[in-house]
Amino acid sequence: MTQTEGKKRLLDTKMVPAPSQGIIPERDLLSTPVLEARHLGIEFGGLKAVEDFNLIIGKTEIAGLIGPNGAGKTTVFNLLTKVYQPTMGTVLLNGKDTAGMNTVQANKLGIARTFQNIRLFDNMTVEDNVRIGLHNQVKYGMFTGILRLPGYWKGERRQHEKALELLSIFDMQDLAGVRAGSLPYGAQRRLEIVRALATNPSLLLLDEPAAGMNPHETEELMHNIIKIRDQFKIAVMLIEHDMNLVMGICEGICVLNYGRIIAKGTADEIQANPTVIEAYLGKKKEG
Amino acid sequence: MKKLKKSTVNNLISFGIVIIAFIICQSMIASGAMKRSLKGQMVPICVYIVMAVSLNLVVGISGELSLGHAGFMSVGAFSGIIASAWLRAALHVDNEVLRLVLAMIVGGVFAGIAGVLIGIPVLRLRGDYLAIVTLAFGEIIRNVLNCLYFSLEEGRLHVSFNNPNIPGTMLVSGPQGATGVDKIATFPMGFALIIFSLIVVMNLINSRSGRAIMATRDNRIAAEAMGINVTKYKMMAFVTAAVLAGMAGALYGMNFSTVAASKFKFDTSILVLVFVVLGGIGNIWGSIIAATLLTVLPELLRAFADYRMLVYAIVLILVMLVTNNPMLRSLFGQLARRKGRDDQVQVGGAEE
Amino acid sequence: MVSFLRFLINGISLGSVYAIIALGYTMVYGIAKMLNFAHGDVIMVGAYVAFCAMSYLSLPPLVAVLCAMVVCTVLGVLIEGLAYRPLREATKLAVLITAIGVSYLLQNTALLIWTANPKVFPSVFSVGSIKLFDGNLVITSEIILTIVANIVIMIALTLFTGRTKMGKAMRAVSEDRGAAELMGINVNRTISVTFAIGSALAAIAGVLLCSSYPTLMPTTGSMPGIKAFTAAVFGGIGSIPGAMLGGLLLGVIEILGKAYISTELGDAIVFAVLIIVLLFKPAGLLGKPVHEKV
Repeated sequence: MTQTEGKKRLLDTKMVPAPSQGIIPERDLLSTPVLEARHLGIEFGGLKAVEDFNLIIGKTEIAGLIGPNGAGKTTVFNLLTKVYQPTMGTVLLNGKDTAGMNTVQANKLGIARTFQNIRLFDNMTVEDNVRIGLHNQVKYGMFTGILRLPGYWKGERRQHEKALELLSIFDMQDLAGVRAGSLPYGAQRRLEIVRALATNPSLLLLDEPAAGMNPHETEELMHNIIKIRDQFKIAVMLIEHDMNLVMGICEGICVLNYGRIIAKGTADEIQANPTVIEAYLGKKKEG
Repeated sequence: MKKLKKSTVNNLISFGIVIIAFIICQSMIASGAMKRSLKGQMVPICVYIVMAVSLNLVVGISGELSLGHAGFMSVGAFSGIIASAWLRAALHVDNEVLRLVLAMIVGGVFAGIAGVLIGIPVLRLRGDYLAIVTLAFGEIIRNVLNCLYFSLEEGRLHVSFNNPNIPGTMLVSGPQGATGVDKIATFPMGFALIIFSLIVVMNLINSRSGRAIMATRDNRIAAEAMGINVTKYKMMAFVTAAVLAGMAGALYGMNFSTVAASKFKFDTSILVLVFVVLGGIGNIWGSIIAATLLTVLPELLRAFADYRMLVYAIVLILVMLVTNNPMLRSLFGQLARRKGRDDQVQVGGAEE
Repeated sequence: MVSFLRFLINGISLGSVYAIIALGYTMVYGIAKMLNFAHGDVIMVGAYVAFCAMSYLSLPPLVAVLCAMVVCTVLGVLIEGLAYRPLREATKLAVLITAIGVSYLLQNTALLIWTANPKVFPSVFSVGSIKLFDGNLVITSEIILTIVANIVIMIALTLFTGRTKMGKAMRAVSEDRGAAELMGINVNRTISVTFAIGSALAAIAGVLLCSSYPTLMPTTGSMPGIKAFTAAVFGGIGSIPGAMLGGLLLGVIEILGKAYISTELGDAIVFAVLIIVLLFKPAGLLGKPVHEKV
């Protein structure tokens, strides 16, 4: 089978201990996975919020992370983006160990995220929010900016063009001059995605992207997530409670409960898994 | 591109207003139409404008409360005064304008160094803790300056700590401060410094670095997730402000024949902060207007004699109460929103 | 050795005054989350009231202190109600600037009433002293009184916040104002009571401060105010034992620093220690670190 062959090859070339079972789509098998988490865990004063988290995400995979409230999903995102330093295990991003890195370095290595409770730069315009995302993509120095050297004009023009191009994914280019804080809720969520995309990530983490959206908006979002993956050739991992969205677009799904992975697999496998059903609905009464 | 042009036009108009104000003042001075007491206020007004604009970069744009801005002013004042005296004695730089410019640069550099040294520990802290530590540093600077003695002997500079017995003519003598200073500060130079600091601050705000600074203010965690090195950009704002305050301090120092460190007390830092808050946090042009009005106000209140500081305090409290009244605030907010959609400068506040 | 003991005792005495002032700062900060820069000037008002009561009305010292406490309590509640309460929803900076305005107001009112000429505070609490080591170590009654007052206040406040209904309400408001309000706690009244207690303590601190350092001017309160504020931050702002510890340490460090390192740099040493402590313990000695939830 191709799957085992591909895994073997990966092991041979990198000489690393056996990765745990991932759910990588076939097209990604031969390339280094974009994300590899091994035995990842964190303790908050003795309380294990996440433990033994193993996951592999392929280069252009759309992965879902689901689980009941308080299962530790956002904590996993915080561990991957180095908002928290893991107390156990390792995270490899594009094959590089992220041990000791901070959020900024993790972002530069190719991981970008959105937040569950929207964190936009409220007092800045929509375009400027995207330009912040482009911060490390289109660069010029402080003095170039103060002295308005040619590099400033060139850089500003590049940022402006790129920002509008990115905004056009969600048809938001007309909102470029609007204050981000005054956007409606759904638009704020979309702007967060655009801003994260602007950092040129290879893995995009979306924390409840459809929260607060109506079914029509969610439908559109699903198309757009696939469009983003196809256009930018990146991997997407999302936390979501809307099962239509998760089952509709995620190629691999990982279920978390009490900080531990209780199931991994495709949408069909997850839906049929008794442990998952139990975690969501509770145990059937005996008798 | 349209937006960029609009903000540039806005800035040009504002610069025009400042220049016209300067020309009016200058011709009033030339024709003798300005009162003597007000004439003496012209350089301090310029200094306080620059202080307010630079503090606004820290408080309004980078969103950190600094209570020790006068400390940088004093570093600039004393290093500028010493540099000017040394330049004249050792290098025979007799041109007053050149000497003043060089002294301001020296003042800015030393204040900038102080800014880096203070910024490294300070910017690791947040919120009120950061504020109290800037206050502490301001007091430390003043305390240390109170113990420093400088003298000049045939072009050679002598320094001592806590020991007034050093050879030559004294430049700075501890708690008495600098005496016999060359009063070479002029209103046109003050105006030039205002224009310089405005260009620096406005261009910084409307650039990649400035946006990064504002991002760290609006949402530190999101800024980090976008790959922005928060400490670096907070430092950039802090040190730039320190340099400008140092230059303003050098100008201020050379406007009086004697300057003591006690002039740069905590009260002075607070005074500048009041300009920033009343002018509108983050609003550079507001800072200019507030600094001008509030420096002139005590002069205008001279009629009230003993009561003027009391009146000043009451005005201050009332203004804060009125501008923060929820009803009036929402009214102002609507007006501002209607007007300032593209106004790059009028960006919110350092609200948490 | 004896001189060290003398400095240490002086330090504890000064530190006790700082601690009493710092308690006012820390309680107000804990509950209203504001830096009340006018607190130092309430101390000054308290000292002037006590001074007037003793010098002009020839009241006995204890009655004078009570007068000062009453006046300061009323003043504190008035300031809170008129200047700070309307700003409950405003930004922190707006409240800070208002507090500074109140501070100017108090100082300049005092200047008009009592002029800038320093008043010499009567040494009313001087009822003798303890001499140790053949008279090399003199502990005055002011010092003993200050330290005793500090201990009594500390115990009383701990009991108050721990045992009484009002004290529990204060703790609830400082934890989470919104939740406390939903639980039926009258937040405005709780904040008023906090200001009342803080201001009464400020009056005591003013009298104690001026009996040890008897020069009284309209600006007398500002430097001790700033130092006590530092002490509160040093110990962990919002924490009552922290304010006590911070105040005592700060007083001792200041006196020892002035004695053994440099008189001129005494204040600088105090502030330098504060900075160093905050770098290693960003929430102060006994403060709880706060984490932002992502």
